[in-house]
Parts: sequence; structure tokens; C-alpha cells
Amino acid sequence: MAPVTVAAVTVAAVTVAAVRVPAMGLRHEARAAFVVWQRELIRFLKDRARMVSSLVQPILFLFVLGVGLSSIVSAGHGSVDFKTFLFPGVLATSVLFTAAFSGISMVWDREFGFLREMLVAPVSTTAILTGKCAGGATVATLQSLVLLTLAGVVGVPYSPVMLLTLVGLLFLMAFMITALGLVLAARIKQVQSAMPAVQLIITPLIFLSGALFPLSGLPAWLTVLTHLNPMTYAVEPMRSVVFDHLQVDPATRATFDPGIFWNHWHVPVGVQVVLVIAISAVLLAVAVARFARTE
Amino acid sequence: MTEVDMAAMDRHPGPVPPPAVQVRGLVKHYAEVEAVRGIDLDVSPGETFGFLGPNGAGKSTTIKILCTLVEATRGTARVAGFDVATERVAVRRHIGLVFQEPTLDTYLTGEQNLRFHGELYGVDRSGAAARRAEVLRMVGLWERRGDAVQTYSGGMRRRLEIARGLLHSPKVLFLDEPTIGLDPQTRASIWEYLRALHRSEEITVFVTTHYMDEAEHCDRIAIMNEGRIVALGTPERLKAAVGKDRVQITTEDDPAAIRALRAHLGVEAAVHEGAVSFAVTDGASFVPLLFAGLGVPIRSVTVNRPSLDDVFLAHTGTTIRDAEKSGGRMNPMAVLARGR
Repeated sequence: MAPVTVAAVTVAAVTVAAVRVPAMGLRHEARAAFVVWQRELIRFLKDRARMVSSLVQPILFLFVLGVGLSSIVSAGHGSVDFKTFLFPGVLATSVLFTAAFSGISMVWDREFGFLREMLVAPVSTTAILTGKCAGGATVATLQSLVLLTLAGVVGVPYSPVMLLTLVGLLFLMAFMITALGLVLAARIKQVQSAMPAVQLIITPLIFLSGALFPLSGLPAWLTVLTHLNPMTYAVEPMRSVVFDHLQVDPATRATFDPGIFWNHWHVPVGVQVVLVIAISAVLLAVAVARFARTE
Repeated sequence: MTEVDMAAMDRHPGPVPPPAVQVRGLVKHYAEVEAVRGIDLDVSPGETFGFLGPNGAGKSTTIKILCTLVEATRGTARVAGFDVATERVAVRRHIGLVFQEPTLDTYLTGEQNLRFHGELYGVDRSGAAARRAEVLRMVGLWERRGDAVQTYSGGMRRRLEIARGLLHSPKVLFLDEPTIGLDPQTRASIWEYLRALHRSEEITVFVTTHYMDEAEHCDRIAIMNEGRIVALGTPERLKAAVGKDRVQITTEDDPAAIRALRAHLGVEAAVHEGAVSFAVTDGASFVPLLFAGLGVPIRSVTVNRPSLDDVFLAHTGTTIRDAEKSGGRMNPMAVLARGR
């Protein structure tokens, strides 16, 4: 048993140098959140397969669905290609997948025990889950940068202001979706149930958000459902920003980017952004309450 | 506490430091199970304290209460001077934890796991790198620090968990079955590390195990069965309390030896399995008397001390293995789930 001997010898030579631990406070909470954020990044960068696979679906949406439908959809609306319309929606979709996966990955952290390492630490659950959401949002936003480079290909101009605004909006949306994933992860204990649950949630979120079709002229029941979907308020500001930078006539914009109306009130984009932030905060609070109680 | 402060304390021995662990009337009921049925316990600073018993005896529940992971139904517990119910964060700050179940991120490297832990526990950054190196060297993982944990063996992972539990210089290190599922050689090496650690760090070690032989490494042990502490003391004293040592001798003339034992040494002996066997209180110090007073040539002497298995048997009327078979082998996670 060679290693034992080695250790005993080493230990004898080691002097006790207890590390100093400063008083706890907001700075400690921030450090904890930051290191959780860092872990998400490290794990993402190590996982090449995940990086590539989460880009495949949005690219298929953009080029297969976009090209396939553009021949019929753009008939009569001349000035906007369907792919151009689809672009912000596809960005949102790609972010949705990555962020939801980051949130739900807590189920694996629980399965492999690392969740316990985080939750027994002398920091608040809020700090840990905030770090997790920021990590999920960062990873998802980084990934969307790859898609953003394709803007020119589908007729969206490379305007720096527009691109920066999109990145900001994507980050907010990803934060909200990661928080939603955490709420799910608090409930789901079985690893096998995690992915089906994500699929179950993601699909309606995408299809009822206006990411893949315009919200104009929908039947009333569908309008109600889209208005209940938080994703709607994350997608519409992105589309609005893109259309602000396109040369289109008002009629075309009204068809493709009608905006959101609550009982004839045109909800301003700013209000939508505030709504997304508020929903994120609520979801995060729910996740914190659930993890703090059940683990 | 800085080293200067420590030195100042050494010069002026003030009041006796609080016990590292102090438990009074601790009870934990789950819906169907009385896991802990009223225990009292004091562990002194610097002690290596073993908490023994079969699976399902209530060891894991007790340790979870002490680590603030489970709330007690009744009673109080203080760890490192802090109340586990009302000062949870302070308790967590001053304890290190090594669970039965692994809690490492296997995608990260050994050192990344430690760095994560240091940040989570708010370890002062200026000393953090040196401290990481120190604990990695202590458990013999310095060379492997840059490798992903998924490439580590079971024993290496457990050692990394121990290193991580020590990283933030806790006052009390809790180890819940640190050697469960490991092969005997790795188990022995883990204990070697724990003993070495005890020499180098000012730390109280509180360890649970259901391997009776491992308790020999502890300063004191408590044996728990069916939610109660049935025996508490040093391994030596517990074994001495159970009974006498068994001495077996082989001689040139067994009947003469038996007669001589009775006549000169006042011991009743009999032949078992080809050897003259008898029981005495202290076998080791009886051996010289034997050679001086027997008057019959002796070929060999064997002294067997009572084992902790004998201690368990004496206090519970069953062996630890039988207790595990019958005593509702409870999965600690299942117990935890029921408590939710």
C-alpha cells in the first residue's frame, strides 16, 4: 500500500495553516452565485456534442421550414421573406432549448449528488439558483451568437444596435426559461422523466409564442393561449427590434409583426420586457422555495 | 480566527471550550419510523468519535440532524458551539461533510471541485490556492488534480471528498460511512488518511460506520441500535466491560496444566479444540504469571481480546449482521423522503 505511506510522510511535514473565512454577507453570496455561473460555463464548453446538437434544430427551422414555407407565405406580401420573419423566432427557439436544458440539468445534479454539495453550503439557495439561471442564460446567449452571424443570409441587416439589443433580449428570455427549468427540476426526481418533461413544456411554449407564425388574424382561442404564454412577451420585442431595422411598408409589418393587444391596448415593447423580468423573478422565487423546502 | 488569535488563546486558557458536539434528548420521528429515540452525547474538541451500529439504527438520521439537513422532532444539538436549529448557517460554516453518497461533479477536475467548494464556503482567496494544494497533497491526489473526476477510482473520489470536506478548515468533520462500498485495502487507506489528518489538523472527527473493526481507530465510540445509544466509551473500555480475554495455551501436559492453573493461579480451564482455554480479565498481563507459575512447559500462547462485535452482542443480544438482516434495513434516502 504505497500511497498510504506517502500520505503519512507528507502529512507529517505539513504545517497547519487554517484558511481565514471572512464574515458572511452579500459579497459571499455573490461569490457563490458567480462560481455556480462559472461551473455552467465550464461544463458547457466541455460538452461539444451539446453545443453542436442544440444548433441543429434552429438551423433546420430557419432553412428548411423557412425556405419551404416562404414560397407560399410571401406571396402577396412581397417585401419580406418568410425566413426574415422567422429569424427572431428561431433565435428564441434555440435559446429556449439550451436554457430549458440548463435548468432541468438540476435533476442530474441531484442524481449525482452535486446538488447536495451546493445546498449544504453556508449560502442561500437564492444565490445558488440565481447563479444557475445566469449560467443557463449566458450559455444559451453564447450559443445564439452563432445564429446571429447568419442574419445577413436571411435578409436581416447587421446593425450593431439591433444585434446588441437582440443579445440583451435573448439573455433575459434565457434567464426566464432557465428559471422555469429549475421549477420543473424541483419537482422531477427521476432522470428518465426529465427530458420528456422538457419536451412537454417546450413544444407548446414555442408553438404558442408567435416564434414560428405571425400572431395576426388568429382565432380567439389561440390568441388567448398566446397571451398566456410568457414566451410571447419574450419573442415579440425581438421581432419588433428586427422589423425596426427593415425597410417594410406598414401593411406588411402589421401582418408579420402585429404586436400584442390586450383588449385593444397595444402593449408597448418596454412593458413586455418588464413583464419578462417580473416572470423571471417569480419563477426564480418559486424554484428557491421548492428547492429550499424539499432537498 | 487568525493564527495570532489562536496563540493568544493558548497563552490565556480561558473557560473550557464548548464541546464539539453536544446532543440532549434528541428525538426524530418520521411518519412511520421512530428513527432516533432520545439520545444524549458529548464529543470533545479534537476527539475522533465513532458512531456505530447496523444499517437503520438511526446513525444517518442523527448525523443529518447534526449537519442541519434534517430537523429534530425534539431535543437540542449544538455543533462547534452553535445550535443546529437556530444557527444553521454558522453550523454549516464550521463543519465539513463527507456523505455516503458521492457529491462530486465528475465532469470537473479534482481541483475545480475544490475551487468550487472554496468559493461556496467563502474561503479567503489569498490563502485558497495554498490550502487546495495542501489538502490535495494530504490525500495523495496532487498529481491527479487536473484530471476530470470521472477518471478517478472509487477510493480516489472518496479521498477527494475528504479533502474537500477539510478545505474550509472546519472545526468538526462529519463522515457518514466514508468507507462503505470500498474494498478492504481502500478502506484501510482511507483510515490511514483520517489518522494522518488527525495529527495535522485541529479537528474533531465524527464518523459513522457499520464496520465494527473500523471503530478501533476511534478515541471513543457510541454504539447505536434501534434509535438509542446502547454503549458509549473508549473501544478498550467497552470491550473490557463486556468480559474477559480468552487465553489459549498448548502445553506438554494438558491435564497437569489444568491442575496447575486451578491450584496456583486460581483459574478454571478446559480443553477446547486441542488447546487449554480459559478466561481472564487482562490476558496480556496474565501471560508472565503463566510462565512464572504454571510449572508445565508451554508451547504456545494465544490471547484473544473481546471484539466490538462481542460488545454489540452484549448490549443488544444480537450480532450486527443479524440486526441488519432483521432490523428493517432502511435506505437513508427513503427515510429522508418520508420525512418530507
